[in-house]
Amino acid sequence: MQLTLWTYEGPPHIGAMRIATSMTDLHYVLHAPQGDTYADLLFTMIGRAKTRPPVTYTTFQARDLGGDTAQLFQDSVNSAYERFQPKAMIVGASCTAELIQDDPGGLARALTLPIPVIALELPSYQKKENWGASETFYHITRGLVAFDKSISAQQYQEMRAANAKQDQKPSCNILGPTALGFRNRDDIQEIKSLLEAMGIEVKVVAPLNASVADITQLPQADFNVMLYPEIAQLTCSWLQKTFGQPFTKTIPIGTKATRAFVQEVAALANINPEAFLKSQDERAHWYAKSVDSTYLTDKRVFIFGDASHVIAAAKVASEEIGFKVVGLGTYSREFAREVREAAKLYEVEALITDDYLEVEEKVAELTPDLVLGTQMERHIAKRLGVPCAVISAPVHVQDFPARYSPQMGFEGANVLFDTWIHPLMMGLEEHLIMMFRDDFEFSAKAAPSHLGHSAAVKENLHSPEPQSNQIAPVVSHTQVNAEIFSGTEPAKLWDVEAEKELGKIPFFVRGKARRNTEKFAVEHGISHITIETLYDAKAHYGR
Amino acid sequence: MNAIVDLPKEAQSHVGKNIPIYKERGQREVFCGLTGIIWLHRKIQDAFFLVVGSRTCAHLIQSAAGVMIFAEPRFATAIIDDRDLAGIADAHDELDRVVKALLTRRPDIKMLFLVGSCPSEVIKLDLSRAAQRLNKEMINQCRILSYSGSGIETTFTQGEDACLASLITDTPKQAPAAEKSLLIVGCLPDIVEDQFQRIFNELGITNVSFFPPKSSKQVVEINSNTQYLLAQPFLAETARLIEERGAKRLSAPFPFGVEGTTAWLQAAAKAWGIDEGKFEQVTQVRIDRAKKSLARYLPALENKSISFFPDSQLEIPLARFLSRECGMKVLEIGTPYVHKQHLECEFDLLPENIRIVEGQDVEKQLDRCRSDQPDIVVCGLGLANPLESEGITTKWSIELVFSPVHGYEQAADLAELFARPLNRSLKLAA
Repeated sequence: MQLTLWTYEGPPHIGAMRIATSMTDLHYVLHAPQGDTYADLLFTMIGRAKTRPPVTYTTFQARDLGGDTAQLFQDSVNSAYERFQPKAMIVGASCTAELIQDDPGGLARALTLPIPVIALELPSYQKKENWGASETFYHITRGLVAFDKSISAQQYQEMRAANAKQDQKPSCNILGPTALGFRNRDDIQEIKSLLEAMGIEVKVVAPLNASVADITQLPQADFNVMLYPEIAQLTCSWLQKTFGQPFTKTIPIGTKATRAFVQEVAALANINPEAFLKSQDERAHWYAKSVDSTYLTDKRVFIFGDASHVIAAAKVASEEIGFKVVGLGTYSREFAREVREAAKLYEVEALITDDYLEVEEKVAELTPDLVLGTQMERHIAKRLGVPCAVISAPVHVQDFPARYSPQMGFEGANVLFDTWIHPLMMGLEEHLIMMFRDDFEFSAKAAPSHLGHSAAVKENLHSPEPQSNQIAPVVSHTQVNAEIFSGTEPAKLWDVEAEKELGKIPFFVRGKARRNTEKFAVEHGISHITIETLYDAKAHYGR
Repeated sequence: MNAIVDLPKEAQSHVGKNIPIYKERGQREVFCGLTGIIWLHRKIQDAFFLVVGSRTCAHLIQSAAGVMIFAEPRFATAIIDDRDLAGIADAHDELDRVVKALLTRRPDIKMLFLVGSCPSEVIKLDLSRAAQRLNKEMINQCRILSYSGSGIETTFTQGEDACLASLITDTPKQAPAAEKSLLIVGCLPDIVEDQFQRIFNELGITNVSFFPPKSSKQVVEINSNTQYLLAQPFLAETARLIEERGAKRLSAPFPFGVEGTTAWLQAAAKAWGIDEGKFEQVTQVRIDRAKKSLARYLPALENKSISFFPDSQLEIPLARFLSRECGMKVLEIGTPYVHKQHLECEFDLLPENIRIVEGQDVEKQLDRCRSDQPDIVVCGLGLANPLESEGITTKWSIELVFSPVHGYEQAADLAELFARPLNRSLKLAA
């Protein structure tokens, strides 16, 4: 059993629902107890969908368990087929139905419906949402795309080349965007228009807004663009193995990654990207270069989310905005290796966990200037009083905005720049607070004034007493126990005058100063911290 | 009313002025009882709710509550994994470990509810035994209780019923008291509790307590000299257990709207032998104020038609309020469960020519709704936006459970909840 306050991912059948809801004429019959229909409101409320998800639930109750739940499932399949007339169907079980073992696949096959019926095996007690989505997309593709095992991938590739017309453009599919995917709606618009501007034809975007017929057309493109590996890597690999379609590996988040993506795509499409790249107005790049952004240099940032967004965000933060990445991690265990590799670039150790409490402990320990994370990191950052921006799912309704807000491509880079800088205190205000700390309105304890909160509102978040657990109020169990058993307060380490001096340092760097000074004291065998120790430590570590 | 499609042929029973109750079975678009945690954890301030379930359960609660950014929520899920499924004895050890870790993190917790879910019920993990066992160990630190909020057994507000029932079970049986006491049963917002408390005091009923209490330390008085009033219509099991302890229910409509509140208070006043003049003196000012305030919303509501999808069991009392005090035409009342005794006073007040549907087949109910074309539909969030996009105005039902809606001072607020979407539709259409 795992104690969970918040979960980064839903169960795997939510992943399957995301695929079904993405598509236009596919239906999902889910064997599930009464109450599991809560998942509908993820789509209708968070995603603000105008239609109900194409999902029929058996919604069995306790009294049904004594009877024939298998019959209930078959009846649900039949009536869903009659009512919705889908072109294909997927069937599966939720966590509770998995325990009663009715075998939805076998039961649905026995009904011999005149459409493809694809059975899903999603182990709810081991796997999670993204895995479920990836697996579902793969099984739908395998189930719908006709292929001949006697023809090799290379032969398929040669057939595509032979059938190509003289003036035919190079073509691709865009794979991975789904319903409830973070900014997927706008990412595909951005990437699709980028590809088309390069002279590449986009044949199918899937699963988002794809029909069953579209899926069957997937092998006709020259290559695949994999936008979201968490969802589409399995499918892309299979398409490559079966039909010889190569796929892109670069995730076009940030200016540099977008340029690299353009190069990669150009190589696959056999075109010259130089003219296209020259024509781009890379605003985010200039904004970061402009002197107003100088104060952003080496701001300490902690990054957490799904693997692809984390890897991309770290690169943008470090190479394009000039932040210092002090920690990064992911809840996507399937991509732990990639994240560990990325972490090496910043000389930090990757945090691979789906335990919210572990992430919280890490943020408290690092006291970063900015957290880039998910909805959950917003909770953590709020509790610790650290600025935060959202870069990855899980997200709530405000991150499915009405306005155009891609993360990918050149416009995505502009959006990232604005979003990440916004929560930070602006340059002049930061200087003034460093110089004059007793202003009655613009207090060092206050949130940035451009965010429109008064000092009083934030008072409780940045408590004036400079106690160590005020800055990092989350203490690990071991720390709690150590304090109880040793009977000493960590604050005693500090001389009163030194403590006061520390209080003059603005809150957004105070945590780091405290940590550095204490570390310095331990390393130099100093048992009592004075003002001198504080400045010795400052000289030792730099700002 | 001849456009009713696909209602079960045989009307199961009739109540009040010959109102049919149809029973329907099929796909149900409702919450499970776990959702009750979202308001219960705020009401009982030193309690923690630990769901023993799957990732689905954890996902449900955070999806329902996640818009709020909590510093530290007072609920969590112990997620069962495949190792726990291997053997049940093992699962108990795991549960003990999780509970102890939790109580170390939150030593301020004085009452812990182990909340059963579909997975824990299906594998027959005995949470009541686990609660007993842990209670012995934690005897001075924390009370540990258990109830089931599973979807297979409970629908939405029934989770509160199950929770309150577990609290009654845990309360020791009491000898009859000399003084008569009044118990108000059902989770009410603090402000509403205070209003009712003031009214009872003015009437001269002083020995009043509310259940559930705000803190685990408050002992609830239930004995054979207790009379109780239900403030909520979904408390079947809680009421049964209260009666087992000798308390008597005061039969009344539920305190929604002016009429409902007056009748509800009157039930207590009669039992306490308070004379009519006194009752009028205490209530009349409030009645007049509530009516005046309610009048503001009547133009938006009068002669509008309304249908309810099943959700919370509040549907029948609300339909009564909207038809009698706001002049609305009720077409269909869907409700997850009908407790005929608790609702008997309500049935008499319902208008004729409506239908009550107990249970649900959501597709058929949507067909009926589309054919009825009500001016406003009360439904869950899974259906609300899709119906809006079909041009049907909706009022999402969960808000009715999360807002102060009982009593005189809230009568107008309750009407406003229904007037707002109608006004908004007009505004955006213009």
